[in-house]
Amino acid sequence: MPAAAVSAVTVRVLLFASYAEHLGAEAMDLTLPSPATVADVVDHLRGLPGGRLLPVKPLCARNLAHAGQDDSVTDGDEIALLPPLAGG
Amino acid sequence: MAFLTGDPIELPPLLASVCSPARGGVSVFLGQVRDHHEGRAVVRLEYSAYGPMAEAECARIVTEAERRWTVRVALRHRVGSLAIGDVAVAVVAASAHRADAFTACRFVIEEVKLRVPIWKREHYADGTVTWVDPTATLQHV
Repeated sequence: MPAAAVSAVTVRVLLFASYAEHLGAEAMDLTLPSPATVADVVDHLRGLPGGRLLPVKPLCARNLAHAGQDDSVTDGDEIALLPPLAGG
Repeated sequence: MAFLTGDPIELPPLLASVCSPARGGVSVFLGQVRDHHEGRAVVRLEYSAYGPMAEAECARIVTEAERRWTVRVALRHRVGSLAIGDVAVAVVAASAHRADAFTACRFVIEEVKLRVPIWKREHYADGTVTWVDPTATLQHV
C-alpha cells in the first residue's frame, strides 16, 4: 500500500427531469479525489455520455439545500443537479 | 407537514389551519393549470419533484415568512398528472390585518417559484411533450 494514499469522497448524485433524460440515469454514486467541490461533481458528470447537454454551472443542491459551485462536498453527501425550476 | 400532495388541493382545510378569531385578514393565492403556454395549446401536465428537498425548502419559506411578518401561512403544491383548471399550488396567509397577509402571500409564492425543486412537463394539443424551462422564455420570442 502506498504511504500516502490519495483520499477520496464518494457522493450520491441525483438527477431530475431533463437532466435525468440527458444522462439516462436518475441516480449514481460518484467517487472523486478529495478535496472536491460541487463544481467537480458537475465536471465529472459532463464527461459522461450525454453530459455535455448539462449546463456548465447548473443549479445544484447539497444535502437538501441549495449549494454553490464552490461548496465543498464530503463523503456521503447527496448532490442533486436541478434543471430550471418550474413549480408554482 | 407535507407540503406536496398527489391529491387535489382542497382550500377549506388550508383556511382552517391558519385562520383564527385574531386573524381578520386572509390572503389566498391559487395557481391553476393554464390551457396555453407561449401560444401553444396545453392539454395536461405533470409535476415532478425532488420530494425531500421540496418539503424542506417549503418549510424554510414558510418559516421565513412567519418570522418576517405577523402571519400564519399554509402552503400546498400538487405533484403528478394535472388537468386544465386543476389547482397546482395554494398559498394562504392569515394575519390580524390585510397588509401582512397580502405581502406574505406574495412572498411565499414568489419564493416557491424561485427555490422549490419542482418540474413541469407539458403535453400539448399537437402531441408533443416538453419540460418547461421558465429561464428559456426569451429563446422562444
